Amino acid sequence: MSKRGWFVLTAIALGLSLVAAGCGGSKKSSGGGGTTAAPQVKGTISMVAVWTGAEGAAIQAVLNGFKAKNPGVTIKYKSAKDPGQVITTAVQGGNPPDIAALPSPGLMKGFVSQGALKPIDFAKSDISANFSADWLKFGTVNGKLYGLFFKGANKSTVWYNVHAFKDAGVTPPKEWSELLGDAKTISASGTPAYSIGGADGWTLTDLFENIYLRKAGAAKYDQLSDHKIPWTDPSVKDALKEMGQVLSDSKNINGGSSGALQTNFPDSVTAVFTNPPKAAMIFEGDFVPGVVAGQSKAKPVTDYNVFPFPAVDGKGGDFVVGGGDVIVMFKDNPATQALVKYLATPEAASIWAKRGGFSSPNKNVDPSVYPDAITRTTATALAKATTFRFDMSDLAPAKFGGDAEFTDLQNFLKNPSDVNGAAAKLEKDAKAAYKAGG
Amino acid sequence: MRAVWIPLSFLGPAFVLLTVWMIYPAIRTILRSLWNNQGDKFVWFQNYSTMFSDSVIHTAIKNNIIWIAVGPLSVTLFGLVLAVLTERIAWASFFKIVLFMPLAVSLFAVGVIWRIMYQQNPDQGAVNAGLNTIHNVFKTPGVLPRAAPSSPAVTDKFVFTKQLSPGGTASLGLTGISPQDVPSGAAQAEQPKSKPGAITGVVWRDFKPGGGKPGVVEQGELGVPGVTVALLQNGKSTNTAKTDSHGAFTFDGVSGSGYQVKIAPATFAQPWQGVQWLGPSLITPAMIIAFLWTAVGFAMVVIGAGLSAIPRDVLEAARTDGASEFQVFKRVTVPLLMPVLTVVFVTQMIGVLKIFDIIYATAPGSVTNDATTLAFEMWRRSFLGENAFGIGAAIASFLMLLFVPFLIYQVRSQRKNA
Repeated sequence: MSKRGWFVLTAIALGLSLVAAGCGGSKKSSGGGGTTAAPQVKGTISMVAVWTGAEGAAIQAVLNGFKAKNPGVTIKYKSAKDPGQVITTAVQGGNPPDIAALPSPGLMKGFVSQGALKPIDFAKSDISANFSADWLKFGTVNGKLYGLFFKGANKSTVWYNVHAFKDAGVTPPKEWSELLGDAKTISASGTPAYSIGGADGWTLTDLFENIYLRKAGAAKYDQLSDHKIPWTDPSVKDALKEMGQVLSDSKNINGGSSGALQTNFPDSVTAVFTNPPKAAMIFEGDFVPGVVAGQSKAKPVTDYNVFPFPAVDGKGGDFVVGGGDVIVMFKDNPATQALVKYLATPEAASIWAKRGGFSSPNKNVDPSVYPDAITRTTATALAKATTFRFDMSDLAPAKFGGDAEFTDLQNFLKNPSDVNGAAAKLEKDAKAAYKAGG
Repeated sequence: MRAVWIPLSFLGPAFVLLTVWMIYPAIRTILRSLWNNQGDKFVWFQNYSTMFSDSVIHTAIKNNIIWIAVGPLSVTLFGLVLAVLTERIAWASFFKIVLFMPLAVSLFAVGVIWRIMYQQNPDQGAVNAGLNTIHNVFKTPGVLPRAAPSSPAVTDKFVFTKQLSPGGTASLGLTGISPQDVPSGAAQAEQPKSKPGAITGVVWRDFKPGGGKPGVVEQGELGVPGVTVALLQNGKSTNTAKTDSHGAFTFDGVSGSGYQVKIAPATFAQPWQGVQWLGPSLITPAMIIAFLWTAVGFAMVVIGAGLSAIPRDVLEAARTDGASEFQVFKRVTVPLLMPVLTVVFVTQMIGVLKIFDIIYATAPGSVTNDATTLAFEMWRRSFLGENAFGIGAAIASFLMLLFVPFLIYQVRSQRKNA
């Protein structure tokens, strides 16, 4: 063959290999270890989760604990900014990771209905020994266990600027009506009481859910989560009215309600964590201090502190609305099974808990492993909650709980007197979303 | 044999790449749009009917029309004006470089930059900070903008409600003054004492930790010094006084009755709130401005190149024939530049039709539904939680259809040039 002929062949081969790389993707199967009875397993496990940076290092430390016990296993961990999107695409392309941590049980349900997930009933005894019944319930779809909640989040917390509370002469309230009264006092002292990150709609859903769980009770909360009662139910309107007491106090919100609608969550945290404070308190979960870590000079306990979301009408002072990252399995083999079992142990959770920025739903994790007083408070509240409920918007179809509900509550923030209108709009959007995505 | 090999070898790689990454995905997308969101049921054109009955997609189409109507035309016009101007000034290349520089920034980063510049609070957003400086020339903000009356004894216009006659006292309590905002030199407030032939009073920070009793001067509550207080008789201002360090003020030599006391409103003038650039009504124009910032430089350079290619003698001839500079510009320069202007216009048209990054980075979550465009909506429906791939594919196919006229035009003009 002439010189030119070789060149052409090489060019075509190059083109084809590019194509192959584009279409093929990795089809590596994880090798199954010899006998199932042997405690040690071998193989390669791919894992995808949202954790990166310090959190990425922490999950690596947890996984290293597994590798120490099973030297024959290689774990390829990859972080994804939006695991839901990445894994959805991977599942559509027929090439999901072996193990993934999903940010919401709604996504897990979606993958179950697509038939992409493998049940983890083999780990049921380990999980029920270490977790309360609520967590087991949330991991179960159609009678089969699919999810293990590895990392929990306590969203029933209120963060406050200690100096602002001191200047106003108020102490952390235990009751909602007390909180509203304190807010008026704080306003009179010259600092707006509330900081609301209204540009991010989920901050508003979290506030609503905390009020609703306490005011309406867990049974109603479950019914509303499954859309068995409409959003026009009187219980919803009552909760919206309570929420409206905060949202309509526009002068008492940092930037007013229109300013709040343009404030994203990190900025709303900064407003409370600076001195002099721009606002006295913010309703959000245990992840709040992490948002300003390294940027704010505020010190825990002396500059900022936390109190549990207060009881409403005397009920629910120890209820917790929260979230969790759920470990799911796309491929079933001895190596992935062993990893799921390992992640259910208090030992695995303690590795991360010691490093901070982590609340474990595992009830057998010793509270003393948490590195500081604030984490211990929020993590213990999560573990000791008499009633735990998952963030309702995470349970709803994403079209509602991840989109329309945000917009509807943002409209309610614009116009807090229109409780009926807000309830009607929520119901309209919920109806459409539950019908489509069930 | 050789004649076949050569063109194939040149076409081969491009053909393979185009098939795999352009033609196949396009056909697959069109087919996908005829299946339901889960991809397991053939639904004919149902996705399209859902799409065209969705109010958010209506907004997206409306926004796309605004972008198309305003974007390319403004880019071309500004580009033309700048190209003509920079040709005539000293330091031309310096200005060209400065104007061209934003193009080196990715559209996403442009969105982030402008999102920060557009912050409503004049303390945070550069655009409003600039406007605020102008605003403050005409209207100075008060020193205590957040202050409010502490009790119903003072109206929200800061008028003491009780009618006074000589010997009367007025207690004007204020709340909402943070400890940092109390003017320096403030001392313990004192309950005003009645003085014959005069009206006395106090303006003070009616707050102590825990709240205190509204309307009553208590130990630990500071006077507000330096506040201008006006004395009104039958609604007309007759005298003014300033408060001292204890917040006290006195109007001497008063006779008759029907007096009222009022704090001058200037003290409490709200600072300017700033233009809500990122609010629902201004978001699209705001983003178009951000887009112009990056695109105009490109247009200017391309048009400038076209400008330098215009034969000078034609311009000279026109000038010799007595045409004014504007006539030369309008009748000679612009017609000769038309092919270049059209290329700029069409490229910008295509760029604007697929606009995505700026919206993703600039629009806050609360106005996404007001800021969205078709390209953004395609991504949002497909990947952002909803996973409505059927609708997403339908939007993509619709968008593809909108591109066709521009593509045909591009191909045709290329053929003409060849």
